[in-house]
Amino acid sequence: MNRNPQLNKHGELQHLLTTEGLPVSILLHILDTAESFAGVTEREVKKIPLLRGKSVFNLFFESSTRTRTTFEIAAKRLSADVINLNIAVSAQSKGETLLDTVNNLSAMHADMFVVRHSQSGAAHMIANHVRSEIHVINAGDGRHAHPTQALLDMFTIRRYKKDFHNLRVAIVGDILHSRVARSQIHALTTLGVPEVRVIAPKTLLPSKVERLGVHVYHDIAQGLKDIDVLIMLRLQNERMLGASLPSPEEYFKYYGLTQEKLSLAKQDAIVMHPGPMNRGVEIDSAVADGKQSVILPQVTFGIAVRMAVMSILAGN
Amino acid sequence: MNINIHIKNGRLIDPKNGIDTVSDLYIVRGKVASLGAIPAGFQDCRVIDAAGLIVCPGLVDLSARLREPGLEYKATLESELKAAVAGGVTSLACPPDTDPPLDEPGLVEMLKHRTKSLDQVHVYPVGALTQKLKGERLTEMAELRDAGCVAFSHADAPLANLHVLMQAMQYASTFGFSVWLRPQEVSLANNGVAHAGEIATRLGLPPIPVCAETIALSNIILLTRETGVKVHLCRISSAEGVAMVRAAKQQGLPITCDIAINHVHLTEMDIGFFDTNCHLVPPLRNLHDRDALCGGLIDGTIDAICSDHAPVDDDAKLLPFGQTEAGATGLELLLSLTFKWATTMNIPLIKALNTVTLAPARVLGIDGGHLTPGAPADICIFDPEEYWKVTASTIQSQGKNTPFLGRELPGRVKFTLTDGNIVYES
Repeated sequence: MNRNPQLNKHGELQHLLTTEGLPVSILLHILDTAESFAGVTEREVKKIPLLRGKSVFNLFFESSTRTRTTFEIAAKRLSADVINLNIAVSAQSKGETLLDTVNNLSAMHADMFVVRHSQSGAAHMIANHVRSEIHVINAGDGRHAHPTQALLDMFTIRRYKKDFHNLRVAIVGDILHSRVARSQIHALTTLGVPEVRVIAPKTLLPSKVERLGVHVYHDIAQGLKDIDVLIMLRLQNERMLGASLPSPEEYFKYYGLTQEKLSLAKQDAIVMHPGPMNRGVEIDSAVADGKQSVILPQVTFGIAVRMAVMSILAGN
Repeated sequence: MNINIHIKNGRLIDPKNGIDTVSDLYIVRGKVASLGAIPAGFQDCRVIDAAGLIVCPGLVDLSARLREPGLEYKATLESELKAAVAGGVTSLACPPDTDPPLDEPGLVEMLKHRTKSLDQVHVYPVGALTQKLKGERLTEMAELRDAGCVAFSHADAPLANLHVLMQAMQYASTFGFSVWLRPQEVSLANNGVAHAGEIATRLGLPPIPVCAETIALSNIILLTRETGVKVHLCRISSAEGVAMVRAAKQQGLPITCDIAINHVHLTEMDIGFFDTNCHLVPPLRNLHDRDALCGGLIDGTIDAICSDHAPVDDDAKLLPFGQTEAGATGLELLLSLTFKWATTMNIPLIKALNTVTLAPARVLGIDGGHLTPGAPADICIFDPEEYWKVTASTIQSQGKNTPFLGRELPGRVKFTLTDGNIVYES
């Protein structure tokens, strides 16, 4: 098997493709660097010149608002030139292959690609084919990985809970189709969280999920007991069209997070959600907007974390 | 144009006759004339010094896609037959999933004619079980047989309607034809690309559960009992599948079975970081499954190993994993990988070679895969000590994609003879 394609020959981060297989030192370095940038976002002059003269291409083969915007803000605060490409409606519809698109953009002297694609492995494939001075950041590939989302979640958890080593974390919802869940699980286990639970009906869990190092629960009441951090996942509407679930109402009744269910977790548990939320499907508005919710801070921290990732990659 | 050939001092291995000994082999008029003793009146025209080499029956491959007609951008008969002989393969069966599929006698006759004119390898077309492989109407099986088809299959095209499958099996049974089926329930495979296990879960790849194979297998086994047709099961991939085939054979059902050589060596773990060369059909499963497949080969539950040769053009592999075309080139790796399996697992070479010579010849119902005097002189001579590196330039096939790209493999073919003609020499 090839060496981890994310690391260069010195063991430094060359691309950020997944949280799986990254050493804890690199994860902590990203989080610590993000701490130093978190202050920048609160300053009057929000720019620092770390990426001056660099070109960051946002390659979004799948639509996104929040992730693309936070990447753009992060890159601009680092003084990079940002080019946004909504490829879903341009080259691909003319039949150009993914690699041709990437090769053309490389020829325009890109320094960094931020890639989102509907297919698992797309970011890996791009990383395998770009010149060695180009860095690739995976902004979500199929069901596989969304590492910057997971890192901003880790950042949020550390902000509120200080230490990873005594936490119980529950991820609730559509684990099967979720790249966010996969990246969170790898990050949490790497950072030393002793107990990670996944809570979902069997139709929303991938086979052998326990091999990722998680405890599986189907009953949310049991699963939330003694929990410090709850991560609710978005339930995509298209899941309702297939045979995964009978109805949003039944899902909400058994797996949606309400105040009542939240009270089963620890008193000081925090509630997270990667967004966008389906209020009344996976989470009740009272919880989403409640005092235990840290959903909006997550978005804010997302900028600092993405600045950290970009600046670290640019320095390696 | 046959010349007499004297193959000297080779290690002759012939599974049918239980021979594994250093001896000479004499070929007269395209047939094996004798082993050991020089035939009366034999005059050397060509002497092959096979000292240190292994001389065995030419390989018989139960599944090699030649891509003609219709898919010449992936491969041509010329390129793939050249690959076959470079791999020591002297007989091969080609599945009907060409474009158009092999569902009309004229297409089969043309294919037979084209391959005959190239005169390198015996090519045995497998006819389509249903028209256009749509799974609706039966093909003219008897006509197709007369045109040269040796069996009928649905390749990897779904045949969802069990009524049609049963009728096809009954009709084939009427004439004593064999039906070759790859068990996969299409609704459970559900556009999956990898084994439903740890790797698919980690990589977020759409999964194919084992029950997609076993449920289809169960249907086929029950329909075999119902119709009495001879069935050859293609490309079993799971431990449970092997157990079901073993039980069916113990009940005396007329079933044979093959697996692909990649599945003898690889597992889902080999996908690594989305290696699209490991996108295969059926999917690579886990270690337990792989060991059960090997166990099935050893106890005879699985009769044969095939290359499942499927040349794919580079562009179709340079995509995100789930969008790539499944398949790998295999004709030139079959011998080396079978040899490697035998040596690493400590399996007697005569037993291992049986799975790629005599056993598949019996599945095909042809007189081949052995070195009995009087048999066609289809022979492979290889150097067991020589390693070769699998690269785009060492592979003759137009398809360069294989999970073994870049690897060194043991066992290099030195000569291939078909009907006593030297069709390959390195």
